[in-house]
Amino acid sequence: MKTIILRTASDYLLPLLLLFSIFILLRGHYLPGGGFVGGLIASIAFVLHAFANGLENTKTLLRLHPGYLMPLGLLVAALAGLSPIFIENLPFMTGIWFQEPLPVIGMIGSALFFDIGVYLVVIGVSLTIIFTITESA
Amino acid sequence: MIQHIVLYPIIVQLLLAILLLFSWNSVKIQKYISAGGSIISLLVAIGLMITVWNEGTLTIQAGGWKAPFGITFVADAFAATMVLLTAISGIAVSFFTVGTILKARLKFGFLPVLHFLFLGLNGAFLTGDIFNLYVWFEIIIISSFVLITLGGEKKQIEGAVKYFTLNIFASIIFLTAIAVLYGLTGSLNMADLALKIAALENRGLVEVTAILFLIGFGIKAAIFPLYFWLPASYHTPPPAVSAVFGGLLTKVGVYALIRVFTLIFVGDAFLENIILVLAGFTMVAGALGALAQNNIAKVFSYLIICHIGYMILGLGLYTEAAIAGAIFYIIHDIVVKTNLFMVSGLIYRIKGTYSMRDLGGIYAKYPLLSLLMIVPLFSLVGIPPFSGFWPKLSLITESFKIDNYWLIAALLFGTFITLFVVARIWAEVFWKKGKKIPEIQNFRYFHLLKIEKKIEIIGPIVFLAIISLYIGFGAENIQQLAMRVGEELMNNENYIQAVLGK
Amino acid sequence: MEFLLAILIGLLYASGLYMMLRRSLVKLIIGLILLGNGANLLIFLLGRITKGKPPIIPEESYNFLDAYADPVPQALILTAIVISFGLQSFAIVLIKRAYKVVKTDDLDQMNSTDEFS
Repeated sequence: MKTIILRTASDYLLPLLLLFSIFILLRGHYLPGGGFVGGLIASIAFVLHAFANGLENTKTLLRLHPGYLMPLGLLVAALAGLSPIFIENLPFMTGIWFQEPLPVIGMIGSALFFDIGVYLVVIGVSLTIIFTITESA
Repeated sequence: MIQHIVLYPIIVQLLLAILLLFSWNSVKIQKYISAGGSIISLLVAIGLMITVWNEGTLTIQAGGWKAPFGITFVADAFAATMVLLTAISGIAVSFFTVGTILKARLKFGFLPVLHFLFLGLNGAFLTGDIFNLYVWFEIIIISSFVLITLGGEKKQIEGAVKYFTLNIFASIIFLTAIAVLYGLTGSLNMADLALKIAALENRGLVEVTAILFLIGFGIKAAIFPLYFWLPASYHTPPPAVSAVFGGLLTKVGVYALIRVFTLIFVGDAFLENIILVLAGFTMVAGALGALAQNNIAKVFSYLIICHIGYMILGLGLYTEAAIAGAIFYIIHDIVVKTNLFMVSGLIYRIKGTYSMRDLGGIYAKYPLLSLLMIVPLFSLVGIPPFSGFWPKLSLITESFKIDNYWLIAALLFGTFITLFVVARIWAEVFWKKGKKIPEIQNFRYFHLLKIEKKIEIIGPIVFLAIISLYIGFGAENIQQLAMRVGEELMNNENYIQAVLGK
Repeated sequence: MEFLLAILIGLLYASGLYMMLRRSLVKLIIGLILLGNGANLLIFLLGRITKGKPPIIPEESYNFLDAYADPVPQALILTAIVISFGLQSFAIVLIKRAYKVVKTDDLDQMNSTDEFS
């Protein structure tokens, strides 16, 4: 689909959607949102870009194959889950939090890092699935 | 906290799988990580077993949420035994994989997925939450789908379609059962469920739920009449994959059946009768199927079904000794079945075929290897003092106690057919004079392999053969373990108390 | 609401099973998807439906003032949906591959693994 409207729109939409996905990711702990939805939005941004500009261009934009986001995200999430064992000798996956909230982001704790891991895995998985199906079709 | 060790088998496999995914491009590094990681996970599993043996049932509440609300992980003697067995057959399979699987398959992530499968197995054994069990089951089946289809040969894809459909169907039935259970009790923690189900008035609805669980797990465990997917699919992937599937995957179904029917749905005569009848039919049907086949991998597939019947029989008899017999049988069966599929892989490497008509003359060519391969075959039949003998003995004595001669007849029938089939394999594959069969082009025959490759193939078989010899000759130790598991399973108050802390 | 949902769930299970029994591969997958959706709705229904009462404690109090919706079934459904998302994408790739390799989508033709050899 090489229409000029979609291509121009996708240039603006890509950064906007990515920013929005990060917003959704960060508000996720107490409000609707979170890593899963945020990851889906981010991957939709790239899919839209691929629709407008072709798969090859999106791949050069991404530089790294999205498959690598899967182990990275899994590692982040696993370490977030493991952190209470090493830091405070609490059970696996217990939420531990910093005392003071950070400006803009808010409270930071292991749950946030777990969500970031989920975010990365979701981007990696959905982009890998979509890219693979598109390529083999 | 000493309870952290409950989660270590899961964490080790998770980190291993992540590491393997990171080294996607280099098969060589993957091989070393997989081999080293399998050894570490064996050590962790031994550590867990020793801790559970000394300290009793261990629990940990993930996320620090108190028992019926959060997800609990429980390591009782049964779970620890299963984790140890997973690690033992995992180490063998991981080495065997490196020796036999084609490089093209390894390049597409065979080893990471294999370790995700072990992650799912360890999780399923250690969890104390019924929905979490569902999630681990999904991890297991998704990884097994990848393993069964990787390579994409025609027969593999055909087998995979059947395997895929029936396993997803089983999962949906399992999910339906969880939905009904949650509607009945409002709880998902298995210990809490045990208390709440026992207090329910509406026994009819409880029984329906129990039957749903029986069907869902029954498809996964391949009991009669739900087993037809197994012989259609288990012989299609490479032997290393068949070895994991045959050794461990059906046993997860059996594990779930035993766990659910000794903890949640207890003391129901109707259910016990159904399970006994199904066990009898499973033994007979599997044995008859094995009798009819010529392909050795298919023969072994049917023997899996036949021997699932023995474990279900132990559950159906529902006495301490019978359950101990079933546990002993599981211990023996995981080691021996894994080894059998590896043996079938070795036979395939030597001759290039699975068909008993074309095979033959292996004893004349490789006398020592043949003696090695006969160890798992004899253990399978249970010729004393090999490992299969002792659990069958206790199952038969327990069947005599309830005067159910049909069951004893079915059990003996299954055993005799197994003996006959093993004798037939020995005669046809090893003893008979070898036929001249046309050589396959570019096939890596066993005698063409380098010595390191040969060791990679034979080593795991020797390792598991030694373990199964130990199970046979050191039977009193295994029996002691099985008796303890049986005692813990029959008295579910211990489990409930360990989880809920009342 | 409960009554309508019960009928809908029954329809989903029935049509899912019917589709699974057809001979086409695509219909098999559609059947599995319908069955999965039926199971998800069943969890939702059996978790008791409470309208418009989120399980959130108001800021000025320390416990719930009113009956509230159970959040657990929703978490379960979300998990099940994510899992079935993965399974379905795998299934679609698998049937595509099966169609390429076996050159038919008729399940009755896929019986070479059951033959005696």
